[in-house]
Amino acid sequence: MILALIRRDTAQAFSSGAALPIMFFLLVATLYPFAIGPDTALLARTGGGVLWVAALLAALLPVDRLVGPDVESGFLDQLTLRGISEESVAAAKLFSHWISFGPPLMIAAMPAAALLKLTPETLLTLEIGLAIGTPGLAALGVLVSALTVGLRSAGALAGLLMLPLAVPMLIFGASSLAGDSDTPLKLLAASSLFLVAITPFAVGSALRGLRG
Amino acid sequence: MSGSGQIISLTDVCCVRGGRTLFSGLSFALSSGEAAIVTGPNGVGKSTLLRLICGLFDPGNAGIAVHGGCALSDDRLALDEARSLHSALSFWANADSGDVGGGDVGGGDLDRALEAVGLSHLSEVPVRILSTGQRKRASLARVLASNAPIWLLDEPANGLDGDGLNRLMKAVADHRARGGVAVITSHQPLAIPDAISVQLEPSAS
Repeated sequence: MILALIRRDTAQAFSSGAALPIMFFLLVATLYPFAIGPDTALLARTGGGVLWVAALLAALLPVDRLVGPDVESGFLDQLTLRGISEESVAAAKLFSHWISFGPPLMIAAMPAAALLKLTPETLLTLEIGLAIGTPGLAALGVLVSALTVGLRSAGALAGLLMLPLAVPMLIFGASSLAGDSDTPLKLLAASSLFLVAITPFAVGSALRGLRG
Repeated sequence: MSGSGQIISLTDVCCVRGGRTLFSGLSFALSSGEAAIVTGPNGVGKSTLLRLICGLFDPGNAGIAVHGGCALSDDRLALDEARSLHSALSFWANADSGDVGGGDVGGGDLDRALEAVGLSHLSEVPVRILSTGQRKRASLARVLASNAPIWLLDEPANGLDGDGLNRLMKAVADHRARGGVAVITSHQPLAIPDAISVQLEPSAS
């Protein structure tokens, strides 16, 4: 049942515009050199950080569609009736959101790195960082999405809620690119793991609270 | 679904929502093959009663005992709008047949359910273009295909034409003949034979 749910959520994510965040990410990478100018050294030094900010903002785009439609259509009620816990639903949503967003973003990071003249070493660190960090970003997306279900201007509020919470991941992700040590990557992994671990339970109680 | 024991029993149930008491002192019981029609003015808590019975709204009420799985049909269709009717319904049919470990019985049940509500010819049509009445029928098909012993139908006759109404009555009668129970809320008088009438009154407070 959980597998069927993951299949359904993933298919839905890919058919309803999983490409948008990726296009957004690439667009930022394209625009940044126009704003900064063709200074290769400057681009290479700052490019990695810009890509992290772009990844963060791209993660924000699908947030208003992750949980809300399923609550409004009664889909989640029907799942609950069939004895599936809200926590399992949240974990399935987290996984399928990550699938539709993490790996495509990592692929898009390659052309983006070329646009910003990142060195192969920086690109490798960036990819490792994204592999570690995107599950955390996906978790944050599902979490904020569940917390803002049914609110007016949920989209804008989601941004205000999510971006501050993502600051630790941004700091560790961007500082891992400096390449001095692997401590930032470990801390990034820690914050990502923390978010992934708490999200099913936080989303579960948010969804139960909606029924009141 | 066999046996003569009570499948649903409510004893002195009250419903408080948002600080207001909607109804109180409600008691009734349904055994295998019985049905209840719930009536009452708007906002008295008919839909909430159905959600209380199936446990979706659970304020810690004592006095509600339910034996068996519930299938709920309310004003929310719970079908993916972009998918075809058959594929959206099969998600739930597969989920339900998975529960009883029945393999691919979901497919046959679903085809029979679509036939019973008269939507077979629309099975490849996307859910989003269905009309109000067709949505009600699709919702009934979801309940039919679930094989749950307890049906909770919230205003199932809304928007149905004469043919749809007949099919609804037949579905409920067949369900009861198989030993299932049904709790149905309705504003229109529904011709359901031997149904227990549950009249909800607004609480005095």
